[in-house]
This record gives sequence, structure tokens and C-alpha cells, in this order.
Amino acid sequence: MGLLNKLDDPYEGGGIVLGKVEELLNWGRSKSDWYLHFGLACCAIEFMAMNASHFDFMRFGTIPRTSPRQADFIMVTGTVTFKMADRIKILYEQMAEPKYVISVGSCSNSGGPYWEHGYHVLKGIDLIIPVDVYIPGCPPRPEAFEEGMIQLQKKISQQAIFNKRKKLGIE
Amino acid sequence: MTPQEIYEHLKKSHDTAVLEFVDQPQTDPFIRVEPSAVFDICHSLRDDEGLEFDYMMSLSATDLGEQLGVVYHLYAMKYRHKIVIKTEVPKDNPLVPSVERLWRTADWHEREAFDLIGVVFEGHHNMIRILLPYDWEGHPLRKDYQAPETYHGMKVS
Repeated sequence: MGLLNKLDDPYEGGGIVLGKVEELLNWGRSKSDWYLHFGLACCAIEFMAMNASHFDFMRFGTIPRTSPRQADFIMVTGTVTFKMADRIKILYEQMAEPKYVISVGSCSNSGGPYWEHGYHVLKGIDLIIPVDVYIPGCPPRPEAFEEGMIQLQKKISQQAIFNKRKKLGIE
Repeated sequence: MTPQEIYEHLKKSHDTAVLEFVDQPQTDPFIRVEPSAVFDICHSLRDDEGLEFDYMMSLSATDLGEQLGVVYHLYAMKYRHKIVIKTEVPKDNPLVPSVERLWRTADWHEREAFDLIGVVFEGHHNMIRILLPYDWEGHPLRKDYQAPETYHGMKVS
């Protein structure tokens, strides 16, 4: 985005790009997110449509991984029961930093239809792991998945890599 | 065979254990039996000539207040007849003989009934929870069930 536009810049063109290393790294990171898909319920079925050719989720640079150790973000799609909540925690802890979380659908956002009387459902996965992007819907349409992915890319591309503590005002 | 004939057949071999036959318009016709004789009656239902219920469609449990009920839905592929067997056990001592040895389907069905309602099936080879975590306390589909405050440090409601 910002980086590629500079190639067209008449003053900085000619094959030379001037920019921050941080910007380059963030551009690379945000455009090749590998994800661990944690499919639990009907949101995962909707996500299949998202993955199929019509909506083509891989155009965002995502590749599904079956191991949390190779994944950049985890996509929790569906109803998280307490039995599963323990397992999600373990999978999240196995992921390498930097890691992100997308919570898909009403159930994993807030418990959904089980938000008051479900004895077995976790009332939102943000109670156990930090969530970066919430995708609302029951289940969300593929367009909502796209919007969620764009929001995550935006978030990654604006992140600080160097002098983090300085920027946060800790030092 | 019609449900009435099945009832009469069972009454001949298991006289006192077969309690009553109910044929009312709003339900499937069912036979109420003594819980202690469930295995023997089911054995007859499966193996007696003319009955041959080789398919257990469903095994379910219900909370009836003072009692716990167990309901067996049986079907015979050969004769295409159906019957429903019902039994009731007291809540404080919910013991029912397992029919897992007769129909392998009953294995998981009985574990589910144990998990959610708390009926204990005697003679089942693996009477453990099937849906809920192994360290869960109580049987959630009972009417007097109180949900716990937390589970593994996560707030329940």
C-alpha cells in the first residue's frame, strides 16, 4: 500500500524505494498471515464459503495451517464450550509471537444465544485470550469475514516493531 | 406384530416385570416395565421369534420429578414393527441394567443419559461422561440442577 505507492512517486522513483524498515516488515507481515482455523459450529461452515473460489479468502495472503506453531493468527469460529475453552487456551499459548486472534460470530464474541442460561458455553473468548478483531453475525456473511481480515491487516501494518517501549512512553 | 400383540407376548414370559401397556392417541404405544428386568425383557425382544428387534433407534432419559425415566425405542428391520419400552427409577438410586451387550448403539446412548441425567447403567463396560468434561460435577439436564459459579476459573454465567 504505502510502500508500493512510492514506486510511482516521480521524485523517489526509478526502482529506489525510500521508507522505514518497520514499514516494509509490517507490509510483509500483514500481507502473509497464516492462520490456525479453529472451526466449532455454523460459523465454520460459513467460513468454508469464504475459503471457496467465489470469495477466495487466500487473496488476503492467508494460508491455513494445521499447527498453532506455524500460525500468525487463530480464527475462532463458533460456540466455545468450557471443554473447548481449555484447549483453545493451550493452542493459543503454543502460537509464536506476534500472534493475533479473530473472534467470529456471536457465540465466540459474547456467548450468542447461550449468553444467559448456557451452563456449558463460555461467554466470549475474550474472557480467556486477548481478541484483536471481532466479526459480528450469526453466522457472519463472507463480506464480514473480508472486512474483519482487512481490519486485522490494518492493525498489523500500523504496529510498532522497533523502539516499542519508547513509543508507548514507558521509557 | 401390533404393539398389543408384542405386549401379550412379553406378558407371557415376564409376567410381573411387565407393568402396563398404554396406547393413547398422542404418543407411540409403549410398555412400562420394572427397571430390574430391563435386560431380560430387551433380550426377549431382540431374540424371540416373531419379535426380533434388531435395531435400537434411541435410548433417552428424562427427569420426571421424583423419578428418572428411561425410554427405549426399538425397531425390527425384518417385520418393520416398532415398540417403545419405558421404565422408571428413583432419583436417589438410579440403577438400570445396561443393554449395551444387546445393541452396541446403546453404548454411547447410555453414556449420554448418564452424563446429562445421571441414570447409572449397571453392567456397562465404560460408564463415564461422554459430552461434558470428566471433572464436571452434577447432571445438567436434571430439573433441580444448579449451574456452578465458575469452571476452571472461567465464569459460567
